[in-house]
Amino acid sequence: MKKLSTRRRHPLAAVVVLLLALAAAGGAFSLLAPASKAQADESAQSLSIDEGKKLFAVGCASCHGTGGQGSSDGPSLVGVGAAAVDFQVGTGRMPAQQPGAQIPAKKVIYSQAEIDQLAAYIASLGAGPVIPTKNEYGPEGSDIAKGGELFRTNCAQCHNFTGKGGALTHGKFAPSLEGVAPKHIYEAMQTGPQNMPSFPDTTLSSKNKKDIIAYLNAVNGDNTESPGGLELGGLGPVSEGLFAWIFGLGALIAVAVWVAARTAKAKKS
Amino acid sequence: MSSQDIPEENLPAEQDAHGAVSVADEQNPFADPGLPPHEHRVQDIDERAAKRSERVVAFLFTVSMLATVGFIASYVGIPHNKAIFVFPIGHINALNFALGLTLGTALFTIGAGAVHWARTLMSDVEIADERHAIEAPPEVKAKVLADFKQGAKESALGRRKLIRNTMFGALALFPLSGVMLLRDLGPLPGTKLRHTLWSKGKLLVNMNTNLPLRPSDVAVGSLTFAKPEGLEETDEEFQTEIAKSALMIVRLQPENIKDKRELEWAHEGIVAFSKICTHVGCPISLYEQQTHHVLCPCHQSTFDLSDGARVIFGPAGHALPQLRIGVSDEGYLEALGDFEEPVGPAFWERG
Amino acid sequence: MSTNETNERRDKAPAGERVADWADGRLGIYSLAKSNMRKIFPDHWSFMLGEVCLYSFIIIILTGVYLTLFFHPSMNEVTYHGSYVPLQGQLMSEAFNSTMHISFDVRGGLLIRQIHHWAALIFLAAMFVHMMRVFFTGAFRKPREVNWLFGFLLFVLGMFTGFTGYSLPDDLLSGTGVRFMEGAVLSVPIVGTYLSFFLFGGEFPGGDFVARFYSIHILLLPGIMLGLVVGHLILVFYHKHTQFAGPGKTNNNVVGMPLLPVYMAKAGGFFFLVFGVIAAVAAIASINPIWAMGPYRPDMVSTGAQPDWYMGFSEGLIRVMPGWEINFWGHTLVLGVFIPLVIFPLVLVAIAVYPFIESWVTGDKSEHHILDRPRNVPTRTAFGAAWISWYFVLLVGGGNDIWATHFHLSINSITWFVRVGFFVVPVLVFLATKRVCLGLQRRDKDKVLHGRESGIIKRLPHGEFVEIHEPLSQDALHTLTAHEQYVPAAIGATVDENGVERKVKGTEKLRAKLSEAYYGEESQIAKPTVEEYKEITSGHGHH
Repeated sequence: MKKLSTRRRHPLAAVVVLLLALAAAGGAFSLLAPASKAQADESAQSLSIDEGKKLFAVGCASCHGTGGQGSSDGPSLVGVGAAAVDFQVGTGRMPAQQPGAQIPAKKVIYSQAEIDQLAAYIASLGAGPVIPTKNEYGPEGSDIAKGGELFRTNCAQCHNFTGKGGALTHGKFAPSLEGVAPKHIYEAMQTGPQNMPSFPDTTLSSKNKKDIIAYLNAVNGDNTESPGGLELGGLGPVSEGLFAWIFGLGALIAVAVWVAARTAKAKKS
Repeated sequence: MSSQDIPEENLPAEQDAHGAVSVADEQNPFADPGLPPHEHRVQDIDERAAKRSERVVAFLFTVSMLATVGFIASYVGIPHNKAIFVFPIGHINALNFALGLTLGTALFTIGAGAVHWARTLMSDVEIADERHAIEAPPEVKAKVLADFKQGAKESALGRRKLIRNTMFGALALFPLSGVMLLRDLGPLPGTKLRHTLWSKGKLLVNMNTNLPLRPSDVAVGSLTFAKPEGLEETDEEFQTEIAKSALMIVRLQPENIKDKRELEWAHEGIVAFSKICTHVGCPISLYEQQTHHVLCPCHQSTFDLSDGARVIFGPAGHALPQLRIGVSDEGYLEALGDFEEPVGPAFWERG
Repeated sequence: MSTNETNERRDKAPAGERVADWADGRLGIYSLAKSNMRKIFPDHWSFMLGEVCLYSFIIIILTGVYLTLFFHPSMNEVTYHGSYVPLQGQLMSEAFNSTMHISFDVRGGLLIRQIHHWAALIFLAAMFVHMMRVFFTGAFRKPREVNWLFGFLLFVLGMFTGFTGYSLPDDLLSGTGVRFMEGAVLSVPIVGTYLSFFLFGGEFPGGDFVARFYSIHILLLPGIMLGLVVGHLILVFYHKHTQFAGPGKTNNNVVGMPLLPVYMAKAGGFFFLVFGVIAAVAAIASINPIWAMGPYRPDMVSTGAQPDWYMGFSEGLIRVMPGWEINFWGHTLVLGVFIPLVIFPLVLVAIAVYPFIESWVTGDKSEHHILDRPRNVPTRTAFGAAWISWYFVLLVGGGNDIWATHFHLSINSITWFVRVGFFVVPVLVFLATKRVCLGLQRRDKDKVLHGRESGIIKRLPHGEFVEIHEPLSQDALHTLTAHEQYVPAAIGATVDENGVERKVKGTEKLRAKLSEAYYGEESQIAKPTVEEYKEITSGHGHH
């Protein structure tokens, strides 16, 4: 994060940026959120906030500051919301291991309970997008074809037709979406992690997001059918060309060698 | 220059150059020893081996017949939308797999049988065929030239210049009719490339929701695509119009905008740029929200949206055109006119 | 059929013969067969590469005809109602819709589509390899220059037939390629916009280009190609096949097996082998899954947008070109697009004109039917290798995004590597290849003069260990020394026919220089002479 952070011209302004963005997104969301959720058991919540604070102090504070206010090594987390924490820690991106063009997903080191506590703590620092419910990202009532159209409009330019990922500038990349949990995909759209732009509910509705997730599951899920055979990475003509050269022409040349080779001669006796 | 001083009559019969080490020609050890004598294959001297080959060939042809039967059976028997899991390949269409493999086997075994037959049972005695010069012998050439002269003379083409010149003229002109016929392949460009559907007062409609955008919808760091109000996917001209008027909308902190005109044409930091790359027209939209760069996925032109969308890398020749936007009375984002310069790839008349 | 009748017929002639007689009386097939039926073809696997091209071309035509029965070359918008769920209800052109229909609702349609497309990729790849075989063995020399050009034209036309073909389904990937083509056409100075409007029937994408590409793809280009293929084959028959040097193989003969029966069986069988392999590939591997890409819309795109491999080098050119644009007097010169558009054919022409340059440098007017071993012609081999490396560098440029994601590199660094490599890599490869060739020539010379290293170590009486070198057989000696070596033109050899003194022109000087570069001491190892050989073998033996 250091590199990314130092590139910001106005570290303080970024806080405002995030606040503005998330206030808009979160505000819209809070209107839709079920009322019961707002009346969560207060004592349980404050307990998990305390636990989260401890975890934060051990694993995160060295970069993000003791109060999550940010430092030269990591951005402020005030107002990023629980969804951002759940995404970043839940996909293993946080805690980051080393600076680089981009912080990749890796093995998750916190349990979901710990992640929830961290998220509760960060959410307590400032309002932001909350973790979506299964209702929001689940497959019920989704329109796969509409999701495909939305995916091609909003996502395919970076993540490829079926979410196989692609290159960005200077070593950055849009990761493959294969095997990413629907919840994390939803959170990524909502919060815009790292260089990915966000797609808040005001411009890409919750239903839109659900459609996109359903489409991805249909074309890049565990049971996705590739009718024609080997998918060859789903990368298009480059891998097809390599396959044609190596296996197509390669096999034909092997056959040609056999056709043209001299038949074994009888041994002289 | 060449080392073609090889005795022509190095017939195999006269040669005994078969010891691995012996050099037959003491005078010129590099000389062509001629075709080596034919050596027999097992099949040539052992009838049992030949029979074995025959059986292999027959077996291959039989496999081919069975594979064709298999092809027909697959075509009839397997539903066209049935998926199966084949271990290293994955979930694939059963019919495609079965038809392809049976067809491939049927064809391959015919070929393999024929080649095995040729390799083991047909004569493998190498034969030398003489070549003849491609060039005609001088007398043939002389005859042809004479014939041509005679013909040319009889045509009187050389003498009657008027005929010659008018004929050439006629032959040269008539293809023009064909060229003329191509005229109606398309309309003349006119100023079509300079105009899009955008005009003063047109609302910016969100591509995702098909609803007009409000400034508050667009958060900093988000990315939104818009089309002009009134353009629907079902319209006949949708493809042609969207190819020019597709918009990319992002919001920056006003103080982050380095270009003065960009700031002026923005609304509270909301900027609207053409989504069509100025290189060769790909929809450019790989927006990196932290760097404010957009990358084109086709040829990697990179534009800095915080600095008038100027080109910072890649083959594009000029900045992305910006659409001047404001807010309507109802509080929606609206265009304040058309693009001031043509969108998309540059062309001669662009200026 | 009664016995009597059979006897009667036998008295006349067998049925087959009578049919042949009938045909001969009208077509003159006996005279044709006399020279061709027992025509000799030499055996070498690399001589079959051309057959791979021919057969994949035939396969493409066969499967292509089948596809036309179902494909609708129209850009009218329709709503999809086929069996592929993730696109149901989407608007798409009829072209895309019918391709979806072929892929999902015509039994075997997907297989034929995949065979067609795989065969096209293999066709182009085989042509490329075949062309390189002809190049590196010098098979393009007189009398085969025209056939080299035919082959080259087939390669270029194959590229464009492929491009128009994969653009037909009107999917998001190919549509992006067509958009690129429009941008490239627009960059042409003065007439660019007119050409573009005529090509697309107005503004891009309009409603015409699929139908227009269709007639180009299925009629115009394949028609020309078919003619060229026939001409190519006639010339192969007429010239007779080349062969590698070897015992009994001279410039005046061709050694091999007769067409009937051996080559009939081998070549005929090879057709089925090629078809079988391609059908199996189409059963196993998916190609151009348009359903995953979705229908084309000019405001949508996917990352990793590449053309098929044979267009990849042009993609490389366009990706690495700096964005130069000159504005003057109200006009724009789009050099950033137009320069790659001009270099694109030049890359191809560079290899196409090479035979003519070489024949001009050597001044050799004789026929060549014995193939060169690439090492014996270092300059040509180095040029060919440099050209391939050039082509490959551009291919890397064309796939720079895939390279970036799969090798964890920065796309910008790759682009810069290609920008520099475009100029540097061919030069390095040229120099390296030439050195390797000269090294191999030296080794051949050693082998001829001192024999083959046997691997047997002998201890001499005084304690020294030596490896025994076995002298080569005359077969091998001949094969290794059969190649011709030119003398640089400057030293002599090219004297005016009449010996008349004339002014030395600039081209003459250039030619002498080139000739020196080709055949000077730096560029070839003088092959061993009989005298050298005798001196060494008659002396103290080998060390």
